[in-house]
Amino acid sequence: MTKTYRPKDLSEALDIKASTNAVPLAGGTDLMVRAKRWSGLAPAFQSDVMFIGHLEELRRIADDNDYLTIGAGCTLTEVFENPITPDILKQAISNMASPAIRNIATIGGNICNASPAGDTLPPLYALGAEIIVQSKSGERKIPIEQFIVGPGETILQSDEIVGEIIVPLDKFDKTFYRKIGTRKATALAKISFVGLARISGDIVENIRIAFGAVAPTVVRDEKIEDKIRGKKIAEIFDIANEIAQEYSLQIRPIDDQRSTAQYRKEVSLRLLKYFWESVVV
Amino acid sequence: MSQIKFTLNGKSVAIDSNPLRRLLDVLREDFKNTGVKEGCGEGECGACAVLLNGKLVNSCIVPVGAIDGSEIVTIEGFRKTERFKIISDAFAEAGAVQCGFCTPGMIMATEAILSQNPSPTRDEIADGLSGNLCRCTGMNMIIEAVELASKNGGGK
Repeated sequence: MTKTYRPKDLSEALDIKASTNAVPLAGGTDLMVRAKRWSGLAPAFQSDVMFIGHLEELRRIADDNDYLTIGAGCTLTEVFENPITPDILKQAISNMASPAIRNIATIGGNICNASPAGDTLPPLYALGAEIIVQSKSGERKIPIEQFIVGPGETILQSDEIVGEIIVPLDKFDKTFYRKIGTRKATALAKISFVGLARISGDIVENIRIAFGAVAPTVVRDEKIEDKIRGKKIAEIFDIANEIAQEYSLQIRPIDDQRSTAQYRKEVSLRLLKYFWESVVV
Repeated sequence: MSQIKFTLNGKSVAIDSNPLRRLLDVLREDFKNTGVKEGCGEGECGACAVLLNGKLVNSCIVPVGAIDGSEIVTIEGFRKTERFKIISDAFAEAGAVQCGFCTPGMIMATEAILSQNPSPTRDEIADGLSGNLCRCTGMNMIIEAVELASKNGGGK
């Protein structure tokens, strides 16, 4: 039978992680569905399970002026309700699942699940979030785009737990989020788009663009952003086709039960165009 | 893990059980709270909704081991409150119940909305009910029922 652990604190959780193969379960909203069997039967897990949703060390949210630090065990509702949470992340969370799921699903879980369609991921990539990973031997800080390496794959080692997410609090005055799903609630994204810009006069001082669910991992390209940064808004329209072409090479969607590759690519590029024409301007 | 202790509808309870069992099954089978319904079994329909420390959750995707030390309220407990009476009357008046299978979850979701926001807008109600599916009424009557309950003091 599957063994379960309920550590009293983070230190005990790291001990258990170092000596067993137990999968950490915080909200369980993905894991329980994956392990589901018939009614009345306990879900069948492939490995031992360690409950971590109750650990206080993973549930703190703190900010100084420049960074927001979110405990990995904070629920989506808690992240949403925090007054300092960047607007783009709030918009993504408010479009996720349903209130009952947001009340227990955690931000750390959404990151570790590493789904190409994970809804917190495009905002976290665009904001330049970093993941604090903890183990008995210490901690390391990893940019999110290096932490997630493929669908369902992260570089988390077997003795490690995601402790916190660090979100830089850069100012943006144009914020655009769009999730394309079959319906508003409890829908997985076919495509999601994040666009952030800071404009001063007619100059684009800062720009962030991320696409979700259209490649094995979220698409964000700092080199393309560098080309846009510092330009006048009018100049962006001159290079808009070239930019779209560069993103187009990285937007490599698949056909699946939710949508087609062709639709995903077409709509992604239209959202980019919409961002220039209706949001940045 | 040893014994799992929690509060169910105001009473302290303890069980020796596989901690991975769904809270839904524990509530229905061990505690005979059969007002908690199973619809989809994967968190999409809200028929199994209960309050966990005052917040709405789907009991079909909560392992019972995760709720050690928490407070659970099911429709069986909530129906003894004054607020239930107001909400229940509003559901009846608005014609918000047909087959009734989704109703316990809808009532719990209504309580979750009104306890946070006594005067919700129509959009806020729709968002609050967005994880609960009704296949009979088309949802409009349920939204109207929540509006009515709010007007009748269900939020106070």
